Amino acid sequence: MKQIKQLDIEKIRNDFPILSQKVNGKNLIYLDNSATSQKPQKVIDAITEYYKSYNSNVHRAIHSLGEKATLKFEEAHEKVAKFINAEKEEIIFTRNTTESLNLLAYSLGKNITSKDNVVITEMEHHSNIIPWQQLCKRTGAELRYIKIDKEGKLDLKNTPIDNNTKIVSIAHVSNVLGTINPVKEIANIAHKNKALFIVDGAQSVPHIKVDVKDIEVDFLAFSGHKMLGPTGIGVLYGKKEYLKKMNPVFFGGGMISNVTKEDAQWADIPNKFEAGTPNIEGAIALASAIEYLENLGMDSINSYVKDLTTYAMKKLLELNNITIYGPENGDRTALISFNLIGIHPHDVAQLLDKEGIAVRAGHMCAKPLMQVMDTQSVCRASFYFYNTKQEVDFLADSLKKVQGVFK
Amino acid sequence: MIDLYQEELLDHYKNPRNFGTLSNPDIEFSDTNPLCGDEVKVTAKIINGKIQEIKFDSRGCAISVAAASKLSELLKNKSLSEIKKMDNKEVLELLGVPISPMRLKCALLSLRALQKGIYQNLGE
Repeated sequence: MKQIKQLDIEKIRNDFPILSQKVNGKNLIYLDNSATSQKPQKVIDAITEYYKSYNSNVHRAIHSLGEKATLKFEEAHEKVAKFINAEKEEIIFTRNTTESLNLLAYSLGKNITSKDNVVITEMEHHSNIIPWQQLCKRTGAELRYIKIDKEGKLDLKNTPIDNNTKIVSIAHVSNVLGTINPVKEIANIAHKNKALFIVDGAQSVPHIKVDVKDIEVDFLAFSGHKMLGPTGIGVLYGKKEYLKKMNPVFFGGGMISNVTKEDAQWADIPNKFEAGTPNIEGAIALASAIEYLENLGMDSINSYVKDLTTYAMKKLLELNNITIYGPENGDRTALISFNLIGIHPHDVAQLLDKEGIAVRAGHMCAKPLMQVMDTQSVCRASFYFYNTKQEVDFLADSLKKVQGVFK
Repeated sequence: MIDLYQEELLDHYKNPRNFGTLSNPDIEFSDTNPLCGDEVKVTAKIINGKIQEIKFDSRGCAISVAAASKLSELLKNKSLSEIKKMDNKEVLELLGVPISPMRLKCALLSLRALQKGIYQNLGE
């Protein structure tokens, strides 16, 4: 078996300036990583260096700054491509996962008719529901859901995928349940039915080595800011054979090969999907974030975060009057959603904040899933490789304190 | 931790006053807190432009439930025109605990629902 490099967490934490501060007089314990991760100095430096030394618009610049910016921007495509085992031209920069999925819904939507159906799951984030819901409203197609079982795993024995399914779009990792879905298995079902297979990788790409060829995905969407990059930069990967055939969704500068008064022809991929001045520093900083992740090793990150999640699960299960959502063990990672019985998640989060602990509380942008789970809202503690067992212990102790307040 | 939620506020949360719904109300309005999906339904009876009876069916956090409970006590016999003019400040004073900007929506949910219900009732 391959030896996994152990992470030196104390050293790693020093790379993240934000982590050393106090919040409400307590050491910050940041457990809201599924919403957005913190950024290492290296990534912050990449942004400031761009603005200090080579800020310039990309493409068509015949001057030194513009050349450097263009080069770095192109390198960022390449860096992202290698990270997920894709080719450079298959990487489209967007604002975030949401925009990537909307782009797909619009562009692929042109071929959808009222005879077709689109399949998603009950555990999707709103970003992987509403674009398809709207597409189905526009076209008269049917939106179908793969159900989840009591444990919070997908029921793949009874999927609604059939010959009329044109698109299957699912989350790799649920942002509420933490479930890691068997994407390869679903890819297989989708492809057998000649449907396109889309994966929302927002919660998986930061944690798990995702190889687009291995999981046989046709499109993959993810966000830079959940994997150490800045906000406002996201990725859409698409197989080039599909991207080449697809129409762009945004029109304007940078995405054409020729324009006349009457008509326009599109640039090659990925440029035809990247209209207008892109988020240059975002792309460059995302490349820097990927360097940081690769330096630690995705296997090391995955193994550390999985262990920490298992430890947190054990600690939370020791509490009385707690409901924990999602699979107890096995195929899950990075986050735990829970409710303290009789205490509203907002109150839990507010009181934890007094202890310096940042968690998320609410419907997690997954209202249909909340309905299936028969709750309005949950608390979510989500981890990254800079979190520690001591922090988890403090979370558990603080949750006991919260219960004390409401006794 | 404990000083954030005072005993009095917790008492209103655990034993909300005027909880539930009135039958045959003059005002009936439901609203949702988009942050967490919490719901509140307000029902009220009006006589001579004043609140005669009011009930909140609020299911939510301590802040939103306590705010509804405290409001229900304050608002009896208040005129609709007075209630329309009420804003953040009065609710925050009523709660008497520090409310962070993110929790304002929780604190104001019940008042906003009632105000919308009043506008609906008056056809405004």
